[in-house]
Amino acid sequence: MANAIEANKLDVGYGGRQTAVKVLAGLDLTVAAGSFLSILGPSGCGKSTLLRVVADLLDPLGGTISVLGGTPHAVRSRRDVGFIFQDSTLLPWRTVRDNVRLPLGVGQRSLTRRIEDRSTELMELMGLGGLSERLPHQLSGGQRQRVAIARALLGEPKLLLMDEPFGALDEITRDRLNDELLALWRRTGTTILFVTHSIAEAVYLGERVIVLAANPGRVMKDLDMRPFKQEGNRCKREDAAIVAAMAELRAALERAS
Amino acid sequence: MRPAPLSPQMTIALPVLGAASILLAWQYVLPLLGVPAYIVPTPTAIFGVFQKNFPLLIDNLRPTLIEALAGFVTGNLAAVLLAVLFVHSRILQAAYFPIVLFFNTIPILALSPIIILIFGLGMTPKIVIAAVICFFPTLVNMIRGLDSASDNEHELFRVLSATRSEIFWSLRLPRALPMLFSSLRIASATAVIGAIVGEWIGSDKGLGALIIQATFNYQSDRLYAAIVLSSSLSIALFCIVVLIERRTIRY
Repeated sequence: MANAIEANKLDVGYGGRQTAVKVLAGLDLTVAAGSFLSILGPSGCGKSTLLRVVADLLDPLGGTISVLGGTPHAVRSRRDVGFIFQDSTLLPWRTVRDNVRLPLGVGQRSLTRRIEDRSTELMELMGLGGLSERLPHQLSGGQRQRVAIARALLGEPKLLLMDEPFGALDEITRDRLNDELLALWRRTGTTILFVTHSIAEAVYLGERVIVLAANPGRVMKDLDMRPFKQEGNRCKREDAAIVAAMAELRAALERAS
Repeated sequence: MRPAPLSPQMTIALPVLGAASILLAWQYVLPLLGVPAYIVPTPTAIFGVFQKNFPLLIDNLRPTLIEALAGFVTGNLAAVLLAVLFVHSRILQAAYFPIVLFFNTIPILALSPIIILIFGLGMTPKIVIAAVICFFPTLVNMIRGLDSASDNEHELFRVLSATRSEIFWSLRLPRALPMLFSSLRIASATAVIGAIVGEWIGSDKGLGALIIQATFNYQSDRLYAAIVLSSSLSIALFCIVVLIERRTIRY
């Protein structure tokens, strides 16, 4: 299958080209289309920065990156990428339904294909059926992230970028949303890049887990999880193989920070 | 430990009782203490002015009301428009915002004679003074409000390839509304102050003129009645702003 992302010697930094502080240096990364990649790393290793380069929110200083066979800009213009933030970033003055429908209201003119209003269907899918007229402040943290996911899915993205989406949730809600996300991924075949601080979450969700090292960010561990799991990226959290993989990643993380 | 909250009946009853106790003390205790009526007339004397001289009070309320309202609308509208211009052009903002801030430090009482020199003695200079006094707080608040969307919110709109005008209408403006309304509440009181200050300096009509005339004629009951009416006008404007705010901002 084709690759969703191909990054070669990618340099990313803030500040001018000369004086830049490099956040990512010489990063090589290939992500297969339709796969689920978890990204672990210490704070400041450039996990979020990597997602922002893929989403065309940040330009690299050097190296090349191709997303879905084109430039990040082309992919963003086609609305093929969805981004989910840790703080859900719902607009507080809009109801759940109107938040989910945001992609219909903005950026449509630059879009060549038409997006259908699947908000009712998506709210059903994310278990938000009875909440469509609520305002964000009336929702729990888990419900807010469900709204954010439904909003990202409305554009039918081929690539979903998730920046610690469940980091602020309690463990029970987080586990439940993990399972829902996996079910969603199996149904849609969307490529997912999932940044997290939790080793358990990274291992449970990812077909593959990479660990980034800090200062400057680079891939220091690349672990294929498929041998540890059953068909369709299924596993139990307490499987011996999964626990062993977690220990291996923990050791890598300790070296990375 | 924090004291227990008051019951709903008490939260209404206590302010009423408080005001009543002050009015009673004013009515009966102040004269006993020998405070002369030409300095502090009793509440009933002030109320008497509303009965005897109602047409006079209304005649003077009308121009002040029009000046305050017109000043409120033009001053705030100008501030909102300039704030929109400033947040869309960093160059203009960098060049002119410091000058705007400098103008803000000129006391309105010092500026008023100049405004009257320019616009003459009609209603216009009073409207301009009321507008100027509303303008600055709204400008500063509106700029901050339009810039108050978070980085994530801007990134969300960028991922969706939103245009500048879509970002303005769907993100910046709704984000700015709470701050706009908090400055409109302040402006509801200051617009009336501006109109009255303008009338002091050059007018024979309006509550400000009535206050000056009553003071010079030792008609202190009339003076106090004019003060009560001025503050009622501010309260009425304030209530209108709050009503609109409640209908606009639901979160």
